[in-house]
Amino acid sequence: MEITDFIKDFAAQFDDTDVSDFSLETRFRELDEWSSLNALAILNMIGKKYSVILKPEEMKTSNTIQELFDLLQSKLGLNESVFIDG
Amino acid sequence: MNPFSLMDKTILVTGASSGIGRAIAVVCSQMGATLIVTGRNESRLSETFSVLEGGGHLQITADLTNLQEMEKLVESLPKIDGLVNNAGIVNPLVLQLTEESDVNDIFLTNTLVPVHLTRLVLQHKKLNKSASLVYISSINGNNCAYIGSSIYAASKSALTGFMKVVALELSPRGIRANCINPGMIETDLLKAVSIGEEELEKDRLKYPLKRYGKPEEVAYAATYLLSDATQWMTGTSLLIDGGYTLQ
Repeated sequence: MEITDFIKDFAAQFDDTDVSDFSLETRFRELDEWSSLNALAILNMIGKKYSVILKPEEMKTSNTIQELFDLLQSKLGLNESVFIDG
Repeated sequence: MNPFSLMDKTILVTGASSGIGRAIAVVCSQMGATLIVTGRNESRLSETFSVLEGGGHLQITADLTNLQEMEKLVESLPKIDGLVNNAGIVNPLVLQLTEESDVNDIFLTNTLVPVHLTRLVLQHKKLNKSASLVYISSINGNNCAYIGSSIYAASKSALTGFMKVVALELSPRGIRANCINPGMIETDLLKAVSIGEEELEKDRLKYPLKRYGKPEEVAYAATYLLSDATQWMTGTSLLIDGGYTLQ
């Protein structure tokens, strides 16, 4: 897993923020465009592309892209189903 | 005779191994019904079965997303007076990251399973005269919308449309069909949609009645729709949302 790819995948979940504005140090919660919709899209992207199901409260501990990347790396290979019986 | 009683009624509940389905099965048994409970998880289904009141109940472990298993289940049924289509799944997903398989999975469990189960109990003549069909739909897609739930909302509003035509087609036989549209209910399903406990608490306060619903509160509505008290109610959607969609 390359961090440059991860930054691109992360940036792809935003419409109005330029890709060049994203770096390891980007404090993504402070972006003008940040919303709960981006947050969900990033969780979905991580689930789809990296097969890691992150809980929203886990994601909340990350403020920069680097921190989120580190969290993702610590979780690689530990998967659980997102579907639950109703 | 208490019009709200379910005495002498046999009722099939899907998704009875947890959450709303378990509560519906338990409350129906407390109201005197004989239950047939079904679900995918054998051990959790047995837990539901063990807390049913009264005797004569049946538990059948089955994965209803497998049509052959469903048909086998239907063939083995006695005649029933009530069917609660409750089993459902949710998978919070923004539309731009949704794939064909996500759409198929959600529609299969939430829409196609109730459609086929209704069709099969009819074709196998398992419904008694004046039977009541209950579909657990949602406020989502019918009364409001949430981000990340486009397919779920579509699957639940499709269920509502289906219910209305079933209500019309079966009315000559006195068979009724109704939906329940619950708001957020405190079940394990919340774990799949939750954005964390702090946000959940904030979301609970958005409800005029300041909390999410309890599974029993949906069960009481299901009991009402299954009982003879609602013999002139068909094609409706009963809203149980703590006032959420008033705003």
